[in-house]
Amino acid sequence: MQDNIITLENVSFEYTDDDDHASHPVFSGLDLSIARGSFTCVLGHNGCGKSTMAKLLNGLNKPASGKVTVDGMDTADESRESAIRRRVGMVFQNPDNQMVATIVEEDVAFGPENIGIAPQEIRKRVDSALRAVGMYEYRTHATHKLSGGQKQRVAIAGVLAMHPECIVLDEPTAMLDPQGRAEVISTVKQLNRERGITIVLITHYMDEAVEADRIVVMDSGRIIMDGAPRDVFSRVDKLRSVGLDVPQSAELAYRLSQNGVDIPGDVLTPEECARAIARVIKSEV
Amino acid sequence: MAIVQTEGLTYVYGEGTPYRKTAVTDVSFAITEPGIVAIIGHTGSGKSTLIEHLNGLMKPTAGTVMIGDKNIWDDPKQIRQVRFRVGLVFQYPEYQLFDETVRSDIGFGPRNIGLEADEIERQVLWAADTVGIKHDLLDKSPFDLSGGEKRRVAIAGVLAMRPEVLILDEPTAGLDPKGRDRLLRCITDYQRQNNTVVIMVSHSMEDVARVADRVIVMNDGHIELDGGTREVFGRSEQLRRCGLGVPEVSRIADQLRALGVDVPSGLLTVDEMVKALLPMMKGGDCNA
Amino acid sequence: MLKDMTMGQYFPTGSVIHRLDARVKLICTIAFIVAIFMTDNFIMLGFCAVATGVMIAVSKVHIKLYLKMLKSIWPVIVLTSILNIFYVKGDTLVSFWIINITVQGVLKSVFIALRIMLLILVSSMLTYCTSPTELTDGIERLLSPLRHIGLGEAVHTLAMMTSIAMRFIPTLVDETEKIMNAQKARGADFDSGNLIGRVKAMLPIMIPLLMSAVRRAIDLAQAMECRCYNGGAGRTKMKQLHIGTRDVAALIIVAAIVAVVVMGRIWL
Repeated sequence: MQDNIITLENVSFEYTDDDDHASHPVFSGLDLSIARGSFTCVLGHNGCGKSTMAKLLNGLNKPASGKVTVDGMDTADESRESAIRRRVGMVFQNPDNQMVATIVEEDVAFGPENIGIAPQEIRKRVDSALRAVGMYEYRTHATHKLSGGQKQRVAIAGVLAMHPECIVLDEPTAMLDPQGRAEVISTVKQLNRERGITIVLITHYMDEAVEADRIVVMDSGRIIMDGAPRDVFSRVDKLRSVGLDVPQSAELAYRLSQNGVDIPGDVLTPEECARAIARVIKSEV
Repeated sequence: MAIVQTEGLTYVYGEGTPYRKTAVTDVSFAITEPGIVAIIGHTGSGKSTLIEHLNGLMKPTAGTVMIGDKNIWDDPKQIRQVRFRVGLVFQYPEYQLFDETVRSDIGFGPRNIGLEADEIERQVLWAADTVGIKHDLLDKSPFDLSGGEKRRVAIAGVLAMRPEVLILDEPTAGLDPKGRDRLLRCITDYQRQNNTVVIMVSHSMEDVARVADRVIVMNDGHIELDGGTREVFGRSEQLRRCGLGVPEVSRIADQLRALGVDVPSGLLTVDEMVKALLPMMKGGDCNA
Repeated sequence: MLKDMTMGQYFPTGSVIHRLDARVKLICTIAFIVAIFMTDNFIMLGFCAVATGVMIAVSKVHIKLYLKMLKSIWPVIVLTSILNIFYVKGDTLVSFWIINITVQGVLKSVFIALRIMLLILVSSMLTYCTSPTELTDGIERLLSPLRHIGLGEAVHTLAMMTSIAMRFIPTLVDETEKIMNAQKARGADFDSGNLIGRVKAMLPIMIPLLMSAVRRAIDLAQAMECRCYNGGAGRTKMKQLHIGTRDVAALIIVAAIVAVVVMGRIWL
């Protein structure tokens, strides 16, 4: 049996409107398991329920019915709240709004301080977390003077210092420039590869999803696709129909094959795409 | 006569302090015909400083900014008038919404111009139509709208002043693909129907490739490249040196050339690529 | 520009003063402020000024930043000292209409201006050289005896609120500037009109700013919750406050300064 860090079983969730006190279901009957050590990407347009789902993963949202378990612990069990949040850390979209302290290292120390780690141990964790995200040289800098990408890396370090098993990132690059995006994504990939930390990355940038192990596509509170990037991105029409994009390489291959060219539909990167096209052209000469 | 023109534009921050920094150096360009001009450059390359000079929010340390035949700083007391002629939409403009209703928020600019009530109403309706905001939303609070709608209302707030030049700083930042497509379509439609100048700052090379007629590349406070979109994206090496990418289609074309496939230069979109490639591929239907 | 505001900011330079225990810095600052208030003649004030000058040099924070602080509140300094010109009786210097300016009045107002400037310099040194976290941590510890009367959590909450407020000052200053520019781009006019008109003109800034502050507060609360924040109970601190030789030395130096001022007041 697969070793899952997080499991959602038949989960439904609704929020209550402040104005009319009516309940609006966000989703119902949601099933999802996240394998330990995996890199999962969740795609979906704004308002498809992916952020709401992310907050279920560490008990920030509690399911209306069904069950969410983290490492076997039910998130509905209040007594396990701290243990669950230590295992599943979260990074949010707006880098400014998750910094608690003025100085980088003090911000990273915030989590460990909350769970009562001994001071010398916090120091060690903070230094090692900052090294892991490449921000050690900035440890005494003021947080507000950093670039967006650096701020997000500090936020990731703040989660790492809690020694989590899993990090959930809710659109961490939406407010960053291309360089900041690249910094954050390469940091996340490295943590997954080298430290075996489970990653759940929520995004609407398709290029970030290309290197995930698995892509989950959500629409109107349901999981409509779930598979390897190659399989998901080869279904261009289906992605389009839910307001999503595909990488241009995948789209080009798809369009060529629609026009009768015998080209594999599962290319993801410009390199793969160019090789596949060149192969077709040369085989015909 | 140019519609927008800068001559030797230079801006220095914190003159006489230890933090002195030149943000833009000797920037000269002229936009002489209607169209969409994209300004690209990495963060800190000076593009934000440049656009804030075009509507007189910043005053150049040296050099001039001309809108039409007028130097905008000829009469500093009239600088507010320049802001009505050059509409500037900042990044995440939805954060500037403040009024009780969408209608009166869009009407803020026209009220500042001093237009008559019926004229204001006309501009508000026109601007709302232009960005695709339905009239039944006009009496709602702007804070009750969705993210994409808020963005479009904020842009309408600038359009309602009927500027001769529209500048947008990263208009699609943070939108999902659908919201982005919709907004880009709005911008191109607006440009075509009104035959005006639209200047767009963007980090997304794919967006730029799709809508821009001309691209100005900023690097380190000066203009590194300025030319037609196809021409600029043909210089992938130079762009990379400025810390910029090229649209994914251009990368595929570069790779193909490296593999010995002779694809024409200047292809920008997947459509164009498909059209160029099909004739080379016998298996393909050349009439597609 | 708003960006010039340096109040409450922290400039890490790693100087000796930066490395002092926050509690010691708080006590020293308060003691030194009391000393400045006790001065009643130019000699003692000069002594305090020299002491302040030395501390500024030791702090390694650029002198321009201190001057900027003075510049940002010069109206307060000028106003307070001018008021004093008119209220002190003595040998008339100039006299016109109902105004009578005396030599003593001028001296007094110069004295007051200098005194305010010293007070500002000393208190800005405290924030320039102490990170908000350490500062609030210091306040929390100094007030910790209050836990015996059941105020422990209140003290912690107050300290946490203060440090978050200080953390968000630069963010909100940036934001204010952005919103102001955005509204100016729509032709907003903040500089003309009567008082009511001007207050009304501020609404397009205040409302978005308020909305954004609320949004940030909600986000931050959520982020803190995710990082296991649960009030002050059971929390540890990475940076342990520790009174060392350096701190004792600082306390002795400041005590000596205060002693000199007290003696000066008695004998000069």
